[in-house]
Amino acid sequence: MKSRTQRKLFIVAVLIGITVAGFLTYRALQENLLYFFSPTQVAAGEAPQRNFRLGGMVLAGSVKRETGTLNVSFVVTDNVHSVPVKYNRVLPDLFREGAGAVVVGRMGDNGEFLADEVIAKHDENYMPPEVAEALEKARAAQNQ
Amino acid sequence: MIPEFGQLALALALCLALVQATVPLFGAARGRADWMALARPAAAGQFVFVAIAFGALEYALLTDDFSVSFVASHSNSALPDFYKATAAWGGHEGSMLLWITVLAVWTMAVAAGSRSQPQEFASRVLGVLGIVSAGIIAFALLTSNPFTRLIPAPADGNDLNPLLQDPGMIIHPPTLYLGYVGVAVPFAFAVAALLTGRLDKDWARWTRPWTIVAWMFLTAGITLGSWWAYYELGWGGWWFWDPVENSSFMPWLMTTALLHSLAVTERRGIFKSWTVLLAIAAFSLSLFGTFLTRSPVMISVHAFAADPTRGLFILGLLGLFSGGALALYAARARNFEAEGGFKLVSREAFLLANNLLLVIAAGVVLVGTLAPLFVDVLGFGTISVGPPYFNLMFLVPVLPLVVLLGMGMHVAWRSMPGDALLRRLRWPAAAAVVVGIAAPLIFFGTASVLTVLAISIALWVCASSLLDPVRRLVFRTGAPLTRGQVGMYLAHFGVGVFMLGATVASAYKVELDVSARPGDTVTAGGYEFVFKDVRKLEGPNFVADEGEFELRDAGTLVAVLTPQIRTYQVQREPMTEAAIDTNVVRDVFVALGEPLGDNAWSLRLQVKPLIGFLWLGSGLMVLGGLFAITDRRYRAAVRQTQQAAAQPATGTA
Repeated sequence: MKSRTQRKLFIVAVLIGITVAGFLTYRALQENLLYFFSPTQVAAGEAPQRNFRLGGMVLAGSVKRETGTLNVSFVVTDNVHSVPVKYNRVLPDLFREGAGAVVVGRMGDNGEFLADEVIAKHDENYMPPEVAEALEKARAAQNQ
Repeated sequence: MIPEFGQLALALALCLALVQATVPLFGAARGRADWMALARPAAAGQFVFVAIAFGALEYALLTDDFSVSFVASHSNSALPDFYKATAAWGGHEGSMLLWITVLAVWTMAVAAGSRSQPQEFASRVLGVLGIVSAGIIAFALLTSNPFTRLIPAPADGNDLNPLLQDPGMIIHPPTLYLGYVGVAVPFAFAVAALLTGRLDKDWARWTRPWTIVAWMFLTAGITLGSWWAYYELGWGGWWFWDPVENSSFMPWLMTTALLHSLAVTERRGIFKSWTVLLAIAAFSLSLFGTFLTRSPVMISVHAFAADPTRGLFILGLLGLFSGGALALYAARARNFEAEGGFKLVSREAFLLANNLLLVIAAGVVLVGTLAPLFVDVLGFGTISVGPPYFNLMFLVPVLPLVVLLGMGMHVAWRSMPGDALLRRLRWPAAAAVVVGIAAPLIFFGTASVLTVLAISIALWVCASSLLDPVRRLVFRTGAPLTRGQVGMYLAHFGVGVFMLGATVASAYKVELDVSARPGDTVTAGGYEFVFKDVRKLEGPNFVADEGEFELRDAGTLVAVLTPQIRTYQVQREPMTEAAIDTNVVRDVFVALGEPLGDNAWSLRLQVKPLIGFLWLGSGLMVLGGLFAITDRRYRAAVRQTQQAAAQPATGTA
């Protein structure tokens, strides 16, 4: 009989453990999720105050440097709406005009996106799927 | 013609794999020795044809046969021969052929190494490996044929991705695959045990060395990948919690749990069902990793251009292999009775905790990896899970895991008085805490609670692992250590060293992005970086700008660093080649970015204390595995069963 009580206690302890672990995981996930927004969504005011990911094409001719410093600005577009982006760290190797890019950061006060991180991919032919989807959505919305 | 021979060889290999997958298994079920005897020749034949197929792909690459689609998209006539050969695993189709080749190598090794085991059991193991092999070869032939022709052939190839033109890329994928695919061996042993209904200490003793070898390759492969990312991706990170990294890390965590669980089964004849489940889970996660890498569901820096049919195919194989094994488990598991019990303070209990915590850690990684997928499918938007989630949640199971690890090594099997354990370990524990608080304050001036905790725990494992070896080697007391014990202490010492490196390198790294002109001196992390010059340079298939930096410590020259930014001629992409000065206690890292106009360049300067401990710690873990598999009991066991097998068969139950 004793072993059966022990087993029940053990099962209850495991269940409590799983519940606590699940709750902690949920909280940690919630705080560290980065949502993705396209320039069209940003233009519609859907973007949050906190950090998020912005993706689209780097508009050709939009990359401007402050000569001799790391400060750089460029425009991310889904060919319908555009968001100006500011960044002041080293750009990744595969960053270039006319290619897809994902930037992580938040909106500044004057409608500029302040990027902490610019993400580029291993493969230069590879388009981040969420960027491809955003471009497709924007194009479809415009054609209607 | 050669590529067609390759394809034909692969098709023949599939036929032999199907033979290997069916006849020996039926033979074992019916007790037909002649059918079972077919397992080894079928495996050998399969190996030969797979080797021919792999050779054919290498031939096409080395002879610049751009009429083969794979060669045209992953190689180029200007590519050095070295990289032409390794381009075989620079893309999806070739990677799958490598997967198949590696499995054939493992199958051959098992065929040779299982001669001392009962024929019925060995045939089943080889039969299960045949099923896996047949599935993957069919996958390659139907969805990812490396020999597909491209008509008309282009004049030259698209070149190998410049990131992959690196010595690290030559050894990282094959090593990782040897581990990744090697997990199929314990899986096959587990399924064979379920089929035979025999799961005892002997079974665990046969399975464990294979598991350790697969684990060693997995450890080495992941470490090489991390090291490659550190110096080649250019920006000094060593782990990104990227889905593809995670998909090799989850099988690692499960295999680590498995080899500890096998220790209990081998020694005490308990944890049987659990061990079998872990073997199934480890292999399922390794296949699942293949699915993640090969399908478009994941956003990853590794993602090759992906194709949904491939993902579905692998998911189908995963369902077949894991589902089949689990169904078998459900039908047979009740037959496996434990041969003994254990108390709360016992080696068994600590290993149970090890297993639970490792599985939780794998669960944490799995949840973080899959969360974006589920959120997307449920229509809640596109998200990504940032490294902060992993960095935080991973520590929750791992910190207690490592604390218990330091104790578990000194606990006796079955039961042990708790106060005896405490008496034994109080001095190393106290020393670890004191040094863990003092050292960061002395060397770095500041320390967060988490940093002190992690450093103390790392030192605690190091100290605890050294206890017995020091007692034996320095004070000449205690029993001589077996190779298995030496392996255990070495590997666990490696865990401590790794953790120390990971903690210190993350907590005390100095990272600075600056703009500078030749002639400038920039100070970072206590070093002066004197920017001398940037000049043009020409490599075999690239041109580069090479910066020259003098690294000075209080004026004294430490090293001259020459980071490059390369532009490869075919793919026209710039690529950063960082320059790193390494010594025992720190790396100094300089990467040259892009010209900023007005003669200025962007630079990233980093000083990473103790980062070398990461690679050192992993190396010690692998070395520990090497000691463990050369333990006397495995060699003695082989001799013993060989003698037994030499006598007339007296039944295998």
